[in-house]
Amino acid sequence: MTRHIRHAGYFCALLLVALLLNAARIQVVQAPSYDRNPANRRPDITRYEQPRGDILVGGRPVTGSKDTREHLRYERTYTDGPMYAPVTGFASQLYGTTLLESTEDGVLSGADPMLAPFPLWNDFTRARNAGGDVVTTLHPAAQEAAFKGLAGRKGAVAALEPSTGRILALVSAPSYDPQSLAGNGSVASRAWARLNADRDRPMLNRAVRQTYPPGSTFKVVTAAAALDAGVVTDLEAPTDSPGPYRLPGTRTRLTNASKGCANASVREAFTFSCNTVFAKLGVRVGVTDMTATAHAFGFNNGQLRIPFPVARSTFDTTLDKAQLALSSIGQYNTRATPLQMAMVAAAVANGGQVRDPYLVERTTRPGGSTLATAGSRAIRQAMYPSTAVGLRAMMRDVVENGTGRNAAIPGAKVGGKSGTAQHGRGNSGTPYAWFVSWAQGDRDLAPRVAVAVVVEDAEADRGDISGGGDAAPIARAVMEAVLKSR
Amino acid sequence: MSKAGITVATADPPAPAVRPLPRRRGIEVALIVLAVLLSVYGYCAVGLARHGALPPGAAGYGAGLGVLALLAHLAVRLRAPYADPLLLPIGVLLNGLGLVLIYRLDLETPGDRAAPAQLVWSTLGVALFILVILLLRDHRVLQRYTYVCVVSALVLLTLPILFPAVNGARIWIRIAGFSIQPGEFAKVLLAVFFAAYLAANRNALAYTGRRVWRLQLPTGRVLGPIVAVWLVSVGVLVLERDLGTSLLFFGLFVILLYVATGRTGWIAVGLLLAALGAVAVGRLEPHVHSRIETWLHPFASIEAGEGANQLAQSLFAFAEGGMLGTGLGLGHSFLIGFAVKSDFILATAGEELGLAGLSAVFLLYSLLVERGFRAGLAQREPFGRLLAVGLASLVALQVFVIAGGVTGLIPLTGMAMPFLAQGGSSVVTNWAIVALLVRVSDSARRSYDGQDAR
Repeated sequence: MTRHIRHAGYFCALLLVALLLNAARIQVVQAPSYDRNPANRRPDITRYEQPRGDILVGGRPVTGSKDTREHLRYERTYTDGPMYAPVTGFASQLYGTTLLESTEDGVLSGADPMLAPFPLWNDFTRARNAGGDVVTTLHPAAQEAAFKGLAGRKGAVAALEPSTGRILALVSAPSYDPQSLAGNGSVASRAWARLNADRDRPMLNRAVRQTYPPGSTFKVVTAAAALDAGVVTDLEAPTDSPGPYRLPGTRTRLTNASKGCANASVREAFTFSCNTVFAKLGVRVGVTDMTATAHAFGFNNGQLRIPFPVARSTFDTTLDKAQLALSSIGQYNTRATPLQMAMVAAAVANGGQVRDPYLVERTTRPGGSTLATAGSRAIRQAMYPSTAVGLRAMMRDVVENGTGRNAAIPGAKVGGKSGTAQHGRGNSGTPYAWFVSWAQGDRDLAPRVAVAVVVEDAEADRGDISGGGDAAPIARAVMEAVLKSR
Repeated sequence: MSKAGITVATADPPAPAVRPLPRRRGIEVALIVLAVLLSVYGYCAVGLARHGALPPGAAGYGAGLGVLALLAHLAVRLRAPYADPLLLPIGVLLNGLGLVLIYRLDLETPGDRAAPAQLVWSTLGVALFILVILLLRDHRVLQRYTYVCVVSALVLLTLPILFPAVNGARIWIRIAGFSIQPGEFAKVLLAVFFAAYLAANRNALAYTGRRVWRLQLPTGRVLGPIVAVWLVSVGVLVLERDLGTSLLFFGLFVILLYVATGRTGWIAVGLLLAALGAVAVGRLEPHVHSRIETWLHPFASIEAGEGANQLAQSLFAFAEGGMLGTGLGLGHSFLIGFAVKSDFILATAGEELGLAGLSAVFLLYSLLVERGFRAGLAQREPFGRLLAVGLASLVALQVFVIAGGVTGLIPLTGMAMPFLAQGGSSVVTNWAIVALLVRVSDSARRSYDGQDAR
């Protein structure tokens, strides 16, 4: 009997070994795959267990956290949500995160290992760091001016500091309140459905995710290419260009909105936005040089991140002469985000140098000590400095004498370029009104702000749409806001 | 090397000195104190994790558990001084840990607090333990009540048929707000019956009748009653859809038959019958069939878009625990839903104590089982041996069936984790089991005369 009792004992031991092995299998081997299972709510519960770090504008948080006392405990709140939505994006318990809330999620949620006091410390203690803060480059007054300027219209504003690439304003209209998506209840799901069904697409970030034909504002690029390539050496000399201009190889005749464009000098043509002159100029520069200059300004770059990705602005590289002519005045396949056009204005203001724009100045630990700072950005020379000098003079002319008078600021040097871009089948759509500009206060050593404004106002009477009329006042308000602050 | 190093035994070796076994009651007290302190520590850890402060009742809780355990110890010291010193502390620690886990889960369900009732039942369980130790002076007395045991076991098993089913199983009876699971008590009674009957008839079972293959088939007169009792009990349980307990009885029966007769053939027959029964029940019972499906595909409901089922939630909880656990009070095992305090309480242990804590719990159980088997081995007369082996196997099988179920090793059958799970009948029964093991081990070691019992 003793032997058989022992056998029974071994059998029970075998059961125990099976239990231990199986527990080890689940808790160690299989655990990562179970943790990743979408039906496992634990990661979500952990994630929302603590308040999220904040996004700061001008030293003040524009976000917050609300304790809901639910399983998913902390919910995001926003101050001036619609105004900052194109920067912050949303942080929703149901729909995830976008824009800065998404790219900086590690810092904000506290998951970033850099927040830990020591490497691997949290893996050992299972502790979770409090969320850090994200300090943006935004200029609150400029952002507000842009937001108010676009109120009630569709469009976008992007403003940069030319010497650094810091983004001072990024506004898209119409906007939405990200707070309405923050929770996980029916309020959030209804808001989500409503926002997605809205034909005006309020969640579309028009400043960085939407490309428009840049129209006449692209003439800045064409002029830079012509000057750099040596096609134009004297801005005052009359160009041998007819008005209207027959596109090479076609019977299409390109006309001008303003008079006196035939044989106008480049300076005159720029000031009064002569399509014929610049179309012909683009053809003379040629595809290679036009493409090179457009590239240098940032066109055809799909990799730009600020830190969230910016839509690729395009300048077609396989063109016949007629297409090149149209492309050179910002039509055909030329498309640009408002941010890209702000980069164009910034390059002119900054002596021909382009710096990639960025939105995050630095990230901090909960106490405020710096975690990481924005590194220096790559510099590209978009044009010769002398070319930039010439373009600055021409852009100032536009504001002082030409189509951009609405952007003038007393006591400041302002340069600008208006644009009215045709679009739609047979150019039937309501044109987009553009204005790109830069401004330098009378006591500033260099231009302090470059802006691009686009207004795609479907409500307005077609004749009223023009860059100078609709977009320039908004640009001026943004520039004034920046210049006013010391 | 000198030859002096080699000694040749020329005289008879001295006879082994007969000295009394050390009683080791002091060790028992120390272990009990440790068990109580560990439980109080767990209680405090929950309070600190959840409210940032020591729970107000910590001192009272510790004192209550401590007094109960010390009373039980006094009873052992008085009436079973030679008993194995590990059995009682293991019971105290498992019971204390169970109370901590239930208290911790109560925090998630403020409307449904189970810890106070569990504390009352634990008190009753320890009281029963003391009663058994004091009143049952010799376990062999139980042999006289073989048939009383079996009849009351069958009555207890049958009773719940008269009451409504709960969660698909008809195993509870409700009286005045209390729900009792009579099958739990029947376990012990059946173990006593099997042990007594097999002890009395083991020679007849092993050596009479015809031999078929490697199996000595005993005469129907000997085998008849035991098979009848077993069939009735398992049949009743199938009617009540309590498959866990059916499996338990079946395993107990096969193990005791094997130990009593020493015939390997019984195991083969047992496995064959088990396989047949499993297939039949799996085919015929939709309730069982769905459990087998869940076991085979625990995440099927997720893929079907219906969310995680209970087993999947349990697996998530274990996975979250990892090696070291989240810490008491810091897990989210409430996601498992109903039965989180009873059938699935092990998931909370796995999540909050981790693989380390879970292994410790398993080792505590296996230590209890091992000490039971050791008591059986040390015992000289067959009834005591079979009783100890039977009771220890009960614990081992029950732990395996429920722990294997919630970890996805075998299909889930609703059962109570001994001592840990919420459930009064279960706690009381397990204290009775520990009491009987203490009694058997005391008698085994008391009669120790210096010669190895093996």
